[in-house]
Amino acid sequence: MTKQPILDVRGLTMDFGGIRALNVLDLDVTSGEIVALIGPNGAGKTTFFNCITGIYTPTAGNIWLTPPNGTNKISLNGLKPNQVTEKGLARTFQNIRLFPKMTVLENVMIGRHCRTKAFIFGAIFRNKATLQEEQSILEFSYRMLEKVGLADSADEFADNLPYGAQRRLEIARALATEPLLLLLDEPAAGMNPQETLALEQLIKQISREGQAILLIEHDMKLVMSLSDRIFVMDYGKKIAQGIPSEIRANPAVIKAYLGEEVDA
Amino acid sequence: MAVFKELKKGALISLWFVFLTFPVMVIKVDPIARTVAWRWEKALYMAAGTFIVYFLVQFFMKKKATRQETNTDKEQHLSIIHRILQDPIQRNILLGVIAVAALLFPQFLSAYQTNVMTTALMYVVLGLGLNIVVGLAGLLDLGFVAFYAVGAYTYALLNLHFGLGFWTVLPIGGLLAATFGILLGFPVLRLRGDYLAIVTLGFGEIIRLVLENWGEFSRGPSGISNISRPGFFGIDFDLQASIIYTYYLMVLLVIFTIFVVNRLQDSRLGRAWIALREDEIACQAMGIDKRKTKLVAFSLGAFWAGIVGVMFAAKTTFVNPASFTFLESAIILSIVVLGGMGSIVGVLFGALILILMPEYLRALSQYRMLVFGVILVCMMVFRPQGLFPTIRRTYTFKKKPHTPCTDDQTANS
Repeated sequence: MTKQPILDVRGLTMDFGGIRALNVLDLDVTSGEIVALIGPNGAGKTTFFNCITGIYTPTAGNIWLTPPNGTNKISLNGLKPNQVTEKGLARTFQNIRLFPKMTVLENVMIGRHCRTKAFIFGAIFRNKATLQEEQSILEFSYRMLEKVGLADSADEFADNLPYGAQRRLEIARALATEPLLLLLDEPAAGMNPQETLALEQLIKQISREGQAILLIEHDMKLVMSLSDRIFVMDYGKKIAQGIPSEIRANPAVIKAYLGEEVDA
Repeated sequence: MAVFKELKKGALISLWFVFLTFPVMVIKVDPIARTVAWRWEKALYMAAGTFIVYFLVQFFMKKKATRQETNTDKEQHLSIIHRILQDPIQRNILLGVIAVAALLFPQFLSAYQTNVMTTALMYVVLGLGLNIVVGLAGLLDLGFVAFYAVGAYTYALLNLHFGLGFWTVLPIGGLLAATFGILLGFPVLRLRGDYLAIVTLGFGEIIRLVLENWGEFSRGPSGISNISRPGFFGIDFDLQASIIYTYYLMVLLVIFTIFVVNRLQDSRLGRAWIALREDEIACQAMGIDKRKTKLVAFSLGAFWAGIVGVMFAAKTTFVNPASFTFLESAIILSIVVLGGMGSIVGVLFGALILILMPEYLRALSQYRMLVFGVILVCMMVFRPQGLFPTIRRTYTFKKKPHTPCTDDQTANS
């Protein structure tokens, strides 16, 4: 598979009043790769996600998305979150945001919303097209649940799932939107080692199927074993980028994480 | 030791109730004879009564707690109605019984009873409309009565000025109310919870005040009278027949509403509403257009209120702004909450209980509303999730062999 760019972010800047949360940030993701965005707490990683998914409107900068087999880049600037998702960015949340009082299957079915179109008329008359669409939503969603290993608990309420399963359900829900790029915001946060291992295998499997992934993560072991490339942020700025081995040896990164060595 | 503790607690609560009810129960002042009678024996009854009720409540709570412990999470304890509805044979029997009862109702009972039932059925439809907004989409609307007023005045005014008949105005009233729903929806798109409640409350009052004060338009507080009753292919009924006819119309409307709302609830749109209620940000991040979904919820909810408004004007042949006070909104909201948010069966029973109970409690004369209030409080204390809380639909999934990817094209086309 030829590598082609998917996401291209240039000079992204976000100010909250007088605080510059993101400072002229550049980032790019190409097809089929796993890119990690790391940095100490408060570096602005989640703000970056919120900016590119339309939850925040960035102060400056451009966000471009390149659909497959298309040369035209789509600008994501100024789009609403639902429009961004429709264009092909789907995300999970750092603090799980499932629909707790809906079943597991329904949670995933919501992900199909932007790829389907039945409305009031279809809902009331249940014509053939609507029934077919409903069936396809059901089948697609079920496949997503099988992919993340939750098919057995399809009829449970989402908030009755154990923590690790809720994280995987969020991934399934995001995958149901058929994204060009999957954004994972700290998918392993709060997981025990077994759950993290299962998650690592899941992400690798999704990636093998050709899904491009951009993830924020604090678990360095996970980041180093998963990522093709790593971007490092601190205080809203990009301080390094490169393959895992480069990042591991980068003095600026070590300084950001561990502090500077003081010669006594 | 535990028994002693319980007894002490019961005694304290009884004492507290005696104290609370002291002015009403014990002291009787006769202002004419200028005497004060101290009825101490009543304090004793009160104490004994409270004591017994307290222990009954404790007993039932304990029983409920132990029952919940023994239940595994697989077997949910469903209410009887839900259990019946899930079994097709039992469901058909139940529906048959209800249908026969609804058909024969006006034949066996007086016009007064029929009229009361018609009113209750109107509240069923109002409740189902508000259920879309509050129960499904989670938008707390305290001004729902405004749309009801829009429907009623649409018919009243069009009938007064242009002589339009009931059947012509029925859809117009509904659509106009839906339009007002969208008009209200636009400014409150960004609001949620308490803030939304306050704005909708204001909206409801604005509509009422306009109707009250804009005399040339709505004839002010004196209202509009002599509105035509619903016609039936040009036949005019006498009063008795007309009441029965309106009743049957209302039954049909309830069936129609249940049918439509049920289908909406189980559709892609219904799922989007529930997702919106559960988590607005996640909902948007999953590609649901928040604006559109909210506006559709507001307008579809308002549509039913408009339809019932037309029915109301036609039934009473008289409308004035006093029929559309905040109390009405509160009652409709109570119907939805009491029945169980988002549950159609719940709304049905909620409306029947809330509207019929005050009527049948007339036997208790002046204690009527007091008893009504006590029942509501008890309901909410012991069953906060409502009478018949909604059960989410589960989907049966049949795996199709050998056609793994065919549905992708239909989904994308």
